[in-house]
Amino acid sequence: MIYFDHAATTPMRPEVLEKMTPYMLEQFGNPSSVHAFGRSGRAAIDAARRTIATELNANPTEVIFTSGGTEADNYAIIGSAMQYQVKGRHVITTRFEHHAVLHAFEELEKRGFEVTYLDVPASGVVSESALRAAVRTDTILVSIMFGNNEVGTIQPIAACGRFLQEQQILFHTDAVQVFAKREIDVETMGIDLLSASSHKINGPKGVGLLYVRSGLKLEAQSFGGEQERKRRAGTENVAGIVGFAEAVRLTAEEREQQTNHYRQLRTMLLARLEASTIDFEINGAEGLAQVINLYFPHVEIEPFLIMLDMRGIAVSSGSACTAGSIEPSHVLSAMYGENPRTKQSVRISFGLGNDLAQVELLAQGLIDIVKSFQNN
Amino acid sequence: MNTRAKAPSETTVVVGMSGGVDSSVTAYLLKQQGYNVIGIFMKNWDDTDENGFCTATEDYEDVIAVANQIGIPYYAVNFEKEYWDKVFTYFLDEYKLGRTPNPDVMCNKEIKFKAFLDHAMRLGADFVATGHYARAVYEDGEHKMLRGVDTNKDQTYFLNQLSQDQIAKAMFPIGHMEKSEVRKIAEEANLATAKKKDSTGICFIGERNFKQFLSQYLPAQPGEMRTLDGKSMGRHDGLMYYTMGQRHGLGIGGDGEPWFVVGKNLADNILFVEQGFHNELLYSEGLYASDISWTASMPAGTEFRCTAKFRYRQTDTAVTVRVLENGRLDVAFDERQRAITPGQAVVFYDGDICLGGATIDEAYKAGERLAYLA
Repeated sequence: MIYFDHAATTPMRPEVLEKMTPYMLEQFGNPSSVHAFGRSGRAAIDAARRTIATELNANPTEVIFTSGGTEADNYAIIGSAMQYQVKGRHVITTRFEHHAVLHAFEELEKRGFEVTYLDVPASGVVSESALRAAVRTDTILVSIMFGNNEVGTIQPIAACGRFLQEQQILFHTDAVQVFAKREIDVETMGIDLLSASSHKINGPKGVGLLYVRSGLKLEAQSFGGEQERKRRAGTENVAGIVGFAEAVRLTAEEREQQTNHYRQLRTMLLARLEASTIDFEINGAEGLAQVINLYFPHVEIEPFLIMLDMRGIAVSSGSACTAGSIEPSHVLSAMYGENPRTKQSVRISFGLGNDLAQVELLAQGLIDIVKSFQNN
Repeated sequence: MNTRAKAPSETTVVVGMSGGVDSSVTAYLLKQQGYNVIGIFMKNWDDTDENGFCTATEDYEDVIAVANQIGIPYYAVNFEKEYWDKVFTYFLDEYKLGRTPNPDVMCNKEIKFKAFLDHAMRLGADFVATGHYARAVYEDGEHKMLRGVDTNKDQTYFLNQLSQDQIAKAMFPIGHMEKSEVRKIAEEANLATAKKKDSTGICFIGERNFKQFLSQYLPAQPGEMRTLDGKSMGRHDGLMYYTMGQRHGLGIGGDGEPWFVVGKNLADNILFVEQGFHNELLYSEGLYASDISWTASMPAGTEFRCTAKFRYRQTDTAVTVRVLENGRLDVAFDERQRAITPGQAVVFYDGDICLGGATIDEAYKAGERLAYLA
């Protein structure tokens, strides 16, 4: 079985597990406790926070650990909009955000905020000028994802961030697909709020973070203990946080080498497909080396994915479907409008362990199966 | 060709899993027998309500639970468009004609043993299996469908439109069992659906009010209720809400025997009613039928004796069948029948073998058409 769905989740690295184990078996203390067990947990979290802050060029006190990307997105969006609504009730995002962002904005709409959804061109890259045109005097928050999870396109975060800083409008970015894989500097990029997740970079599931620029206040979304400087109640997931930091360290360390490797895999895959007779197109401009989204005209996506799975190849279609309802991908719909490609595209996402031999099998599988649809 | 000879370990079977106990046990038994089993849930209808509740989502959850218990891969496939085009459209069209359609028959013919079967074959399956109480066998160089052993549960009535080719690719692993045995196997294997209650009614209507459901799709045209000699008996709510021999919902009080629907006049929107369960007007001696499907070929001019059922869960009646030149069937009953209903299926049997079936168009008595649909 070969796994090409690393944008969905990744296997945990053995080094990460090794770092985590002692914090589950021996140093299991509650970081808030006044004894040696507690202090050792607290020390571990502080060390992890420093590693992660360094990766973002942030101060450790600006990093809040959460249960994952969704909680971080929700907290950033709802928490900041509610806190600063006296300044205005207009907020901006894009049409192709992850649902953790889009549904948070829908919640704001229910609470009386006005939301502008920026259109996304076929390139999958939102333009800074569209953002400039949408901003109003009562705009208080903008959220634009760093890298798109379905097509991998990278957004002009630094340009948007600098502009919004001048305008004194809060800027959140969902960096779940990009964090640690690319360099991010919250200072030079003008980012006020940033969400990231551990399980997308070979860390454990159930951990994420929200970067909150120093001086910003968010309306609380959870109520309980005083953890994370009273910003996120609940006993810390110590082992998870330790694992997350280790995953960040390793991913950042191998960044350049891995990016080159995935570029090579991508080039090889495209070369193999181009050499065949099948009809395909790439969705969106090139962005993250790990993600490639392909449109295969005339391919029915349900049997297509099943056939790949039966061959032991794991990829995914744009959107998860529940009980067999094929909803067109909202990302591809934002980019291409009503178009058969919103239901006939697949996402291939590379990650640790993928090599040229596997990509060869993937290419052969894709070619064989796509042919069975396109030849009749 | 007998395709049933291959070893189980080399045979891929796609099981249509509904989230019910019958299809759960079907998948379980095939897996036990060593087949390469894949479970597929068919989503044919979206009934998501204002609270976001959808029966299909709940049923698929049960499919997932059972498939994981058995250790087989599972998928969901959407046939909503095919179901709408082939089954639901037919369903509404028949009601517009004042007839009583049988969507289960159409669903088996067009969805389970066509769209779904094609899908399974495309995935490389050798067979599709369902949790129907029926048996598929290869005998005397022919694929045959036999009644399920549980006479109370036999579902060949709903499968009557299957062709030789469709039966050749079908497996009915619980057809030789009693329902109680199926439940027992599910309980012993501790399957998540072991205690789930059987679904009732037409799948897309479920437990909802039938009249209300139909009125969302077809305008109801209330009209007059009359006896055949023209005596007015009040109003009806719309001809589509009534079926032949129906007693309930007429709202006729008074003394004497209860009243029954004995016919419809579509052109003038009149519902005919008469008194007495055994009213003479409800009885017929034969019927004409179309949309014939035989599991083996049956040329025009053929005349033969067999038994037949005119509704589900009815004991067989001896009949003489003549295949007419106009593509229809003339079915003469040995004993007269009550409330033969246009739109329902007439299904033929030779002992346990289901020979095929057709759709009832009209009933006759003493050589004259009855007033069922005038």
